[in-house]
Amino acid sequence: MTYAMEAVDVVKEYPVRTGVFRRQTGTVHALSGVSFALRRGTTLGIVGESGCGKTTLGRSLVRLHDIDSGSIRLNGEPIEKAKGSQLRETRRKVQMVFQDPFASLDPRMTVSSILAEPLEIHGLHKNGRSARIRELLEMVGLSPDYAGRYPHEFSGGQRQRIGIARALAVEPEVLVLDEPVSALDVSVQAGVLNKLSELQRELGLSYVFIAHDLSVVRHLSDDVAVMYLGRIAESAPVNELFSRPRHPYTQALLSAVPIPDPRLERSRERIVLQGDVPSPVNPPSGCRFRTRCWKATEHCAGVTPQLISDESGDAVACHYPEVRELFTTP
Amino acid sequence: MSNSDTPVLEVTDLRVQFSNDAGTATSVDGLSFELMPGETLGVVGESGSGKSVTSMAVMGLLPKAAKVTGSIRLRGEELLGKSEDAMQSVRGQRIAMVFQDALAALNPVHTVGEQLMEAVQVHDSSKTKSQLRARAIELLDTVGIPSPKQRVDQYPHEFSGGMRQRIMIAMSIANDPDVLIADEPTTALDVTVQAQVLDVLRRVQERTGSAMLLITHDLGVVAGLADRVLVMYAGKMVEQAPIEPIFYETAHPYTLGLLDSMPRIDQDAGSKLFSIPGMPPKPTALPEGCRFSPRCSFAVAGLCDVGEIPVIDIDPDHSAVCLRLDEVRELRHGGAA
Repeated sequence: MTYAMEAVDVVKEYPVRTGVFRRQTGTVHALSGVSFALRRGTTLGIVGESGCGKTTLGRSLVRLHDIDSGSIRLNGEPIEKAKGSQLRETRRKVQMVFQDPFASLDPRMTVSSILAEPLEIHGLHKNGRSARIRELLEMVGLSPDYAGRYPHEFSGGQRQRIGIARALAVEPEVLVLDEPVSALDVSVQAGVLNKLSELQRELGLSYVFIAHDLSVVRHLSDDVAVMYLGRIAESAPVNELFSRPRHPYTQALLSAVPIPDPRLERSRERIVLQGDVPSPVNPPSGCRFRTRCWKATEHCAGVTPQLISDESGDAVACHYPEVRELFTTP
Repeated sequence: MSNSDTPVLEVTDLRVQFSNDAGTATSVDGLSFELMPGETLGVVGESGSGKSVTSMAVMGLLPKAAKVTGSIRLRGEELLGKSEDAMQSVRGQRIAMVFQDALAALNPVHTVGEQLMEAVQVHDSSKTKSQLRARAIELLDTVGIPSPKQRVDQYPHEFSGGMRQRIMIAMSIANDPDVLIADEPTTALDVTVQAQVLDVLRRVQERTGSAMLLITHDLGVVAGLADRVLVMYAGKMVEQAPIEPIFYETAHPYTLGLLDSMPRIDQDAGSKLFSIPGMPPKPTALPEGCRFSPRCSFAVAGLCDVGEIPVIDIDPDHSAVCLRLDEVRELRHGGAA
């Protein structure tokens, strides 16, 4: 079976330049060997806190910037060096939905021209563009009569639907969703999440779903990868990861998310991490989580733990993995 | 002297309106609540529900253009209509606010000790330098900063993000305020830092016994911290109750909708999430009758969309503004029993 998308040991670094001569004085290690495989028609959730590299990863996948080493494959074909018509085709097949529905739509374009632009760029639906635009609006649950309106006439949830329609316009295979609902109120967020699952089923789409909200990730994903400082700490099928986390960082993250149930919330075990995420300019040696980990030993500073799978499909990069159940199943 | 039966803060029939050429926007409409000593009241609502305008009104920080009526009493003393000078001495001393962005709110060129000492001195000039310093150290200890005697002389950049949040909280409690307002105290924070901040708020309240107004859109945060909850929609209170009844004996369709639309981290992704149809009304064009009725599956035409909907007391301390409470209860709890 080929995967819809794969990342193999992806590395992306940014130079830090200072002084009058802009000499390079350091390197931001944004992605330090990230690998994943996205099964066709499924959703891979990528979670992690600010600065873990999840947005850099998303941008690498849609080729918004080049990677330094490693490979990104679409249907088994490497795309990290694609040029010309192959790059154009890659960009059609892999589309992105951005976080901020207020910043990602041009305020001076009507919905109709926002949706027509990708069609023009890729030369699709030359005859019948307006029919395609109506179809796209209906697909995301908006009235086709809205085509002539401007973005400011819509609420946040509706704008995000327009952003999704724009991504779908060119019939992509993979959608990279970068925090698509984090700017929305919960009641509106639910509608957009439902719409995303519905579209996935109908169109057979594969999603890379980047988010910091673990509850939303659990709801939408089939597999989840937890990132910490440019590396994957743990990746597993969704229920495995949430009910039987093995990496200490995953456990700390899960225990920190508030649950809207007062009795449960007040009685459950909580792991409070001390300190901040270290700077990606100067990440810790060995395991990057060791500076905040309660299990860390000297071994963790010397040897980088590799991401190793067990028979359940749970892959964990830790020298001392151990299942810890954080939610009592009702 | 504080009496535990008299509220610290009493808001009665608060109404906040903003007018311009395009019309009048009513952000808060007839809101009443009481905050008891030592209590945490969670005020929950989505964008535009009026929860932040309410906290600004209590702080006296609304722009002059806002038309504010009703009454806001702090330990019996009316705050509405007080002069700006008089409010200056209330703010920071008797009512304090926890700000969200600690890096922006702390001054990078002064040590945290100097900044804490200033916060105390502004309202109390009688203290000597050594008393102020002792107070600063005590405050750092209260918010759980290790070795406060050493760290009091450090600058903000020497602290981690979570520690800076703690310093912000220490500043807001510097003068033992009667009321602490935490307006979305953790919204932009990463979950592990959020957990730290919530921990500190809990700890501070245990130690100081101050009352807290916790303004948030996150029912998870409320579940862990609040004693009582007030749910707002389009400027009005829709439900008010102690923490457990809000979650386990939910009465109002809007509260129910909010709870059902939240994905849960501790549960398998079941089927579809409940999604409330439509969107909240604009504050310039509020619907007649119950403001949630156009989006409510329980609403009945001719009943819910006319006149003023009364506040109904379900229990002495649980009330909801809805005419279809029996139907909601039957559907929600009758089937399961």
